[in-house]
Amino acid sequence: MATEILMPALSPTMEEGTLAKWLVKEGDTIESGMIIAEIETDKATMEFEAVDEGTMGAILVAEGTEGVKVNAPIAVLLEEGEDASAAVASAPAPATEAPAEAPAAAPKSAPAAPIAPQANLTPDWPEGTEMKTQTVREALRDAMAEEMRSDENVFLMGEEVAEYQGAYKVSQGLLDEFGSKRIIDTPITEHGFAGVATGSAFGGLRPIVEFMTFNFAMQAIDQIINSAAKTLYMSGGQMGAPMVFRGANGAAARVGAQHSQDYAAWYAQIPGLKVAMPYSASDAKGLLKSAIRDPNPVIFLENEILYGRQFEVPVMDDFTVPFGKARIWREGTDVTIVSFGIGMQYALEAADKLAEDGISAEVIDLRTLRPIDYDTVLASVMKTNRCVTVEEGYPVGSIGNHISATIMQKAFDYLDAPVINCAGKDVPMPYAANLEKLALVTTDEVIEAVKQVTYR
Amino acid sequence: MATRKTAKKPNVSAEELLGYYRDMLLIRRFEEKAGQLYGMGLIGGFCHLYIGQEAVVVGLEAATKEGDKRITSYRDHGHMLACGMDPNGVMAELTGREGGYSKGKGGSMHMFSKEKHFYGGHGIVGAQVPLGAGLAFSDKYKGNDNVSFAYFGDGAANQGQVYETFNMAALWDLPVIFVIENNQYAMGTAQKRSTSTPDLYTRGEAFGIKGQTVDGMDVLAVKEASEKAVAHCRAGKGPYILEVKTYRYRGHSMSDPAKYRTREEVQKMRSERDPIEHIREMLLTGKHASEDELKAIDKEIKGIVIDSAEFAKASPEPALEELWTDIYAEAN
Repeated sequence: MATEILMPALSPTMEEGTLAKWLVKEGDTIESGMIIAEIETDKATMEFEAVDEGTMGAILVAEGTEGVKVNAPIAVLLEEGEDASAAVASAPAPATEAPAEAPAAAPKSAPAAPIAPQANLTPDWPEGTEMKTQTVREALRDAMAEEMRSDENVFLMGEEVAEYQGAYKVSQGLLDEFGSKRIIDTPITEHGFAGVATGSAFGGLRPIVEFMTFNFAMQAIDQIINSAAKTLYMSGGQMGAPMVFRGANGAAARVGAQHSQDYAAWYAQIPGLKVAMPYSASDAKGLLKSAIRDPNPVIFLENEILYGRQFEVPVMDDFTVPFGKARIWREGTDVTIVSFGIGMQYALEAADKLAEDGISAEVIDLRTLRPIDYDTVLASVMKTNRCVTVEEGYPVGSIGNHISATIMQKAFDYLDAPVINCAGKDVPMPYAANLEKLALVTTDEVIEAVKQVTYR
Repeated sequence: MATRKTAKKPNVSAEELLGYYRDMLLIRRFEEKAGQLYGMGLIGGFCHLYIGQEAVVVGLEAATKEGDKRITSYRDHGHMLACGMDPNGVMAELTGREGGYSKGKGGSMHMFSKEKHFYGGHGIVGAQVPLGAGLAFSDKYKGNDNVSFAYFGDGAANQGQVYETFNMAALWDLPVIFVIENNQYAMGTAQKRSTSTPDLYTRGEAFGIKGQTVDGMDVLAVKEASEKAVAHCRAGKGPYILEVKTYRYRGHSMSDPAKYRTREEVQKMRSERDPIEHIREMLLTGKHASEDELKAIDKEIKGIVIDSAEFAKASPEPALEELWTDIYAEAN
């Protein structure tokens, strides 16, 4: 049967082109792979190869013709013994083989919920549980040790995690307990070891990757996002990367621009990742244990300044904190302060001082930024009618911006004032002590913002 | 490239030779059909064809066993067919349909098969190299003797993460074979314009990784080199580098006008060095197969490829709900 040769699409965006030149004429013998024509697009001239063999029966579009639509028949190829005129006559009208247009409306991600949002007030541990005082650093180490004891596929890799006992001593003692097979010192090669760890997760292991700080993870961010976060989707659910990328995030003290940056909003933007940013030691422990068990890649943002801070941690055999559940640190009626990570320090200090002025602030710790517990925030704002967000990161495209937009869409009628976002300043971190202080968010700024939204 | 040596008596059976012929021909015909469907607008985006390079992956796969893993770049259709993935599923992924390996959500550059231990299909040049070493890491950690193949091109060989990986793979004795498919052009840049030293197989020397070069237009030579590299890795001696000299007949992608090389250069390769013709000749002159037997194989392959195209056209587009699935895995 005669075969129509169609105008090819030579790039993803090509819709039409010029048939610049025929390199064969009617009656010529055509072999598969033979270059038969030159097609010109707005970008380049391309050679067009024959796919099938046969005899060139008829050229339907003359050379030099402009604006030839993709998929339009341009020639007819004959098999042995066929006649050209018959072929042209019998050539069917060009069929549209492209898939049918998708309906315009895709399913909505979140169906409109008529139900009022409810704060999740389930306590993280049973009442009466024995508590002990621990630093955030110790809580993180205990979380890793407990999970490594229960799953032999969990291992820790990173710079100085083993023999040096951790650059910030988070992995202290782990080499002694688990040995060098599972506590692995890497060369200083973030891009490479993030990729190796991700590959090992594809292969069935559960790596914990420690970045000495998340500033250095920028060298590895392609592997984190393009390889770890997207593979489950790109493989149609066949394989993913169950792993944790953890380490110090945000400003330390006096280390300048390249070592002081909060990546919360960066990673929170990526579908396929989960993101946790704990403030307290109990959350650090409970969330890290959940992160290690999670079948998805988790970004776990710690803070150097918080490592040595002490908190009460429940004494339990297996204490975990679920992702997507905020914690209300302090109940209040006049304003909702939403924060996470080290921002909580400013939020709580501000709430204490505001109480002295007779302003009752409700303070919410988001704890995880992907997923975010919107319900707890919305329920609180519907009660207080005012909101201030607090974070250390840059102000443009911040978590606070996103929270504000969500409140505006879902609780607009409840707001008595515009939401204010307190954030780090829109500058690279300066080294000078006085300037660094100015660049960071402060308790005074939070107090000032609360006074603005409460019109005091 | 060196001219082909007079074939010494190959240590392979007629059955094996026919198998390689068949596997290479399947890739060739499949890719030609993919090019055709692209021209018809049924395949979108980028589409990188493997035509000309068939002997590389077929030769490498000849030395593998169950449990071995492979990972490559975006020029991945040949690797998938060679490791036994279903042509229907591959073609339907190219057309973005439900019946594709990734349910239509991955496309030409992002396909995977857990069953066949094929770990992608990666669109970022060089990113598959540390990932491949990570696959090897997982096997070493579990204590088995599986080997991982990390394929990349002469272009990716200049990425920094490749050398970060060489260092770790050698340091930790990972059972990974780095297969450099040197087709001489990184997109439109000839190797001599991008690469300070010509011998890519020596790039591991600084890390203590052994390497060798092999004629990638000769499937038997590739197979022999693969066997050697696999034996090295299985014995726990760490990584190995194979630089396989090959040539792609088509453009870098479908939208490549290929003005960086002459038509004569391509034609010379096709007529003098074609890997499929080479085996065909060997089969005929060695009287391992008759013209009629080869014709029957050609016909069978043509049928498989036509069926895959029909399947890929008939398979429906993914359900709209699929937009929101496979973003997160559920905990067990």
